[in-house]
Amino acid sequence: MTEKKNSNGEVKLLGAWPSPFVIRARIALNIKSVEYDFIEETFGKRSQLLLKSNPVNKQIPVLIHGHKCIAESMIIVQYIHEAWSSSGPPILPSLPYDRAIARFWLTYIDDKWFPPLKSIVLGLDTEPIEEKLEKVREGLVLLEDAFNKISKGKDFFGGNQIGYLDIGFGSFLAWLKTVEVTEGVSLVHETTTPGLAKWLQKFCAHDAVKDVLPPIDKLIAFSKMLRANVDLVINPK
Amino acid sequence: MEDLKLHGFWYSPFTMRVVWTLKLKGLAYENIEEDRYNKSPQLLEYNPVHKKTPVLVHSGKPICESMIIVQYIDELWPQNPLVPHDPYDRAQARFWVAYSEQLVPALPALIRSTTPEEKEKAVEMIWGNFKVLEDHCLADKRKFFGGDKINMVDLAIGSLLTVFVTAEDIKQVKILVAEKFPLIHLWFDNFKNAPVIKENFPDREKMVATLKPIMERMLASS
Repeated sequence: MTEKKNSNGEVKLLGAWPSPFVIRARIALNIKSVEYDFIEETFGKRSQLLLKSNPVNKQIPVLIHGHKCIAESMIIVQYIHEAWSSSGPPILPSLPYDRAIARFWLTYIDDKWFPPLKSIVLGLDTEPIEEKLEKVREGLVLLEDAFNKISKGKDFFGGNQIGYLDIGFGSFLAWLKTVEVTEGVSLVHETTTPGLAKWLQKFCAHDAVKDVLPPIDKLIAFSKMLRANVDLVINPK
Repeated sequence: MEDLKLHGFWYSPFTMRVVWTLKLKGLAYENIEEDRYNKSPQLLEYNPVHKKTPVLVHSGKPICESMIIVQYIDELWPQNPLVPHDPYDRAQARFWVAYSEQLVPALPALIRSTTPEEKEKAVEMIWGNFKVLEDHCLADKRKFFGGDKINMVDLAIGSLLTVFVTAEDIKQVKILVAEKFPLIHLWFDNFKNAPVIKENFPDREKMVATLKPIMERMLASS
């Protein structure tokens, strides 16, 4: 299924609406007002275009810009920041030190914070759910502290504009909310993580974000399907 | 004179990446050799989240994660660039740096392996990644991942290969097999002999002597 966005075909994004990694690319494209064709992959089956454009990892998202194929979500985000530098606000911080900090937290989010959350979504029985939730919460405490330090009183990690770290972390918010609803827990809350709670509201309402974060009821239904097909998630065809 | 301090382990591939970067850029720095069994309070303060090396401290500000440090140095000191200028080439370099992460789990797998079957399994993991590099990355027979000159991909992969080659001696296995992976084998030869890398390449015997007891201790505690 292809959703055209008035593009002349020069920019395509291979992806799927529920994927936080795809959402990252879409937010970045929106910030830069780039028109693109959104080509949706079917769950559980990789298209020829995907296999051709990302033969190494065979994963979405893949950005196809003319004849160039770019894979890995935050690499795509950085590419968008660089390739469309004259359009819209910058995505990466301007100072090298701030970039290093943003990249550090992004690595933490992807490598340490997200895996227990993913494990809850998929219903994996690697450890008790309470332990996974505790890991997610501990991570949110670190991220709350990081937000307060990095935002310096402004709305976003990126300051007045959403940037690299807002996109990287914010892309997981719909899934975070889904877990709060399905498990009946509170993870981001104004009493425990006040900075993140405020940031979350502003981020989700942002023009570049609001149309690409999936509705929670749709994600809840999707997560049920995921749990029934965990094998396909872990070993896709 | 820049105020640069590097906290690391000389034998760690992650520290090697930063040392090579600093040397390639001609930057003076203070080297602080950490003891993995007794990490300094400064290190724990500079990297409270992971408590790991390497950490580069620039005018008192810590930067963590080896390839983040490499990009930070490259952004501030553009001589001998390690990151391509063109956005697409840059994305490709970042892709292969990210891909090199897939080689890392093989290290603990190799360390933990004691039986021939376990060793074979660990080596096959690495060979799967080597095949991808051979077929997709070096297929155009470039001298370095960076073309004529070394770039950050060479550092990312070269550092890991340095430790794999050490593990060959310690675990008595063959990993970088020239007949199976001619392009990688040639690339690694070029890399080890490249200017600056050659003068800062860890001594093989010293690596074995240092890593052997560390690996044995890791195996004993696992």
